[in-house]
Amino acid sequence: MSLLARNLLGSLCRATHIRSFHVDSVRDEPAPYPGVSSDFTKELRFIIPEEVPKIPIYRVLNGQGKVLDPSGDPGFDQDELTEMYRYMVRTSVMDRILYQSQRQGRISFYMTNFGEEAIQIGSARALKFKDVVFPQYREAGVFLWRGYTPLECMHQCFGTARDFGKGKQMPVHYSGAKANIQTVSSPLGTQIPQAAGHAYALKQTDKDVCVVCYFGEGAASEGDAHAAMNMAAVLDCPVLFFCRNNGYAISTSTKDQYRGDGIASRGIGYGMPAVRFDGNDLFAVYNATKAARKLAVEEQRPVILEAMTYRVGHHSTSDDSTAYRSVDEVNYWDTVDTPINRIRSYLTDKGWWSESHEKEFRSTTRTEILRAFKEAETTKLPNPLLMFDDAWDTLPLNLQDQKQELIDHLKRHPDHYPLDKCEDLE
Amino acid sequence: MLCRKLLSRTGSLKCVRNAAHFTYQPQTPPAHLGETNKLNMFQSINNALDIALAGDDSAVVFGEDVAFGGVFRCSLGLQEKYGANRVFNTPLTEQGIIGFGIGAAAAGSTAIAEIQFADYIFPGFDQLVNEAAKFRYRSGNEYNCGRLTVRAPWGAVGHGALYHSQCPEAYFAHCPGLKVVVPRGPIQAKGLLLSCIRDENPCIFFEPKILYRLAAEEVPTGTYTIPLSQAEIVRQGTDITMIGWGTVVHVLLEVAAMAQEQLGVSCEVIDLQTIVPYDAQTIEASVKKTGKAMVVHEAPLTQGFGAEIAARLQEKCFLHLEAPVQRVAGWDTPFPYIYEPFYLPDKWRCLDTVKKLMDYM
Repeated sequence: MSLLARNLLGSLCRATHIRSFHVDSVRDEPAPYPGVSSDFTKELRFIIPEEVPKIPIYRVLNGQGKVLDPSGDPGFDQDELTEMYRYMVRTSVMDRILYQSQRQGRISFYMTNFGEEAIQIGSARALKFKDVVFPQYREAGVFLWRGYTPLECMHQCFGTARDFGKGKQMPVHYSGAKANIQTVSSPLGTQIPQAAGHAYALKQTDKDVCVVCYFGEGAASEGDAHAAMNMAAVLDCPVLFFCRNNGYAISTSTKDQYRGDGIASRGIGYGMPAVRFDGNDLFAVYNATKAARKLAVEEQRPVILEAMTYRVGHHSTSDDSTAYRSVDEVNYWDTVDTPINRIRSYLTDKGWWSESHEKEFRSTTRTEILRAFKEAETTKLPNPLLMFDDAWDTLPLNLQDQKQELIDHLKRHPDHYPLDKCEDLE
Repeated sequence: MLCRKLLSRTGSLKCVRNAAHFTYQPQTPPAHLGETNKLNMFQSINNALDIALAGDDSAVVFGEDVAFGGVFRCSLGLQEKYGANRVFNTPLTEQGIIGFGIGAAAAGSTAIAEIQFADYIFPGFDQLVNEAAKFRYRSGNEYNCGRLTVRAPWGAVGHGALYHSQCPEAYFAHCPGLKVVVPRGPIQAKGLLLSCIRDENPCIFFEPKILYRLAAEEVPTGTYTIPLSQAEIVRQGTDITMIGWGTVVHVLLEVAAMAQEQLGVSCEVIDLQTIVPYDAQTIEASVKKTGKAMVVHEAPLTQGFGAEIAARLQEKCFLHLEAPVQRVAGWDTPFPYIYEPFYLPDKWRCLDTVKKLMDYM
């Protein structure tokens, strides 16, 4: 083909939007596939996960509570920070008392939050009250921060007539409507797609609200987690997927939970922003949550937050973690580097807290919590007929019959049942 | 030969997808509901969804492929009319769809989720049974997801085999907190679906897919609901009580006509409509009258919902019974492909059961 002809042909192709072609070299065309907007390449290259840099862990405070970069200090004043500190300690003191009460046989079951106090208080502080929380089960500090009292926690643990959940669930499965927190449920990860749907619904009428969904790195393996994250990204749901990576799912360490770079690395796979930070650093947790909330709300999209931490306590009172991890390892995170210690150190450096403050506060808190414990322990249980309520919104005929059957049975055999522990019906 | 053959114009033999094993019996619309339009079942369901979306700004319809109209056309035209915010596709994940729906409903949105086939509802079983059903109960009524409705095509379609024919109502009937509903035709589908959507409990609405096109009748154009947990006596009778739901009701109506004509036996046909919580009073009253009962369902015999009804009837109507309660059901196998004509509880097996009941004593 002559040069003139070739040029004319090229112009013709460009004018009519046909890709031009050169006779003397093979140039590739843009990729037309609907599945991705990516380019072709001549290079066959695998992406090897081990060659990809791991996502670094953002922090402001080091393990001793010293500020590494002053620009990261959120700048809380004395009242603000000591308040947050008190909530962290209150969570911890309540945990200790309720854990011991289970060992004593006074409640049937308990789960502690040791080591995760900064995650709970720091993140809760960064949210607005109207941001709906979907918990897993290790977020008691979030409940307390939002006004759910230790007494109310205990009513739930004892299953008393004052429990908001009306004695329907085992301990720590709080129902937190007064705190704008959804009910804790045992199946892991089920809350994650619910959080996405909830966010979708809320955003229809409020563009300044987000949903925060907490879950552990173990629950993140559930199919529900994958389904939820994909849906949230596709449907632009303003939800914070807040992963508490505390190193263990009962006895399963992270090496048996996932092979990739934690949970944050999955964000790019779903098409959502992700951040990893030091969960034991109250300031890092606060900063990351605040920034993530802003991102989620302004851009109306989900965000993955991965808080690195350590589960100091056993999984629950049914677990003895000495069976699968060393006492030394636990001890380090329980005494040397704890979220509470770091903030106490910071507060002390600032002159905002002292040994005597600490002693006094712990003593007062312990007294308050023990008083609440005693009150809950002596509160009557719900009337057994309440068992039939709320399976459906109204009592269907089958339950009306069954309820009557129980009433008749109890009339014949009152002594065989702990009716004296229960409230009478009004 | 196991499939029906037709001679084509060229004279060669062709197998066709099995024609329906029953004749659809169109219902007469209730006069008080006024003006009607001839609609098939996917159109009447579409109409119900349209009404729901129009009357409730919080209503959303979502699931796989609903945006273009859905694989059975139930959501045709809805995205154009209401926008992509309210009628939208989801990624391919039933557990995600139902979990998402629960969350949306808990936020006060009238969430209408579609599962593409009832056979695929199982990834969402945990969300339905452990979450949706227990959402209100476990929270002491602080929270609920009553605004959730899950719709799914259900039942034999002639060629659906293992994974496009299932009737999973029995799994969900065992779960307190859910409602499970099955319509027998377009009029019922519209009224029952609107009831499910408005009901303050999570509802599963199973739509007999074979009826989507095949069932057409005059459907009232206005808004109406058919109450849940109320069975309907579709044909009055005195000798035998026949209980079914969905497609099988039409088989039973045919059998009732045959029984009258051939045997002089008068059958009362009851459409249960709501599987759970079910209308025990209506079926008990009927069986006390007739003394003979048969429950028919496509789902496999063992632990099918007929077992619950049979247990209930023998408990409540024992002294009225002249024969044991009969069940006619699919065999205890996965739903087979080429064997479908032999698998279903068809009119011949039902008629034989009528004779068995009449001859029992």
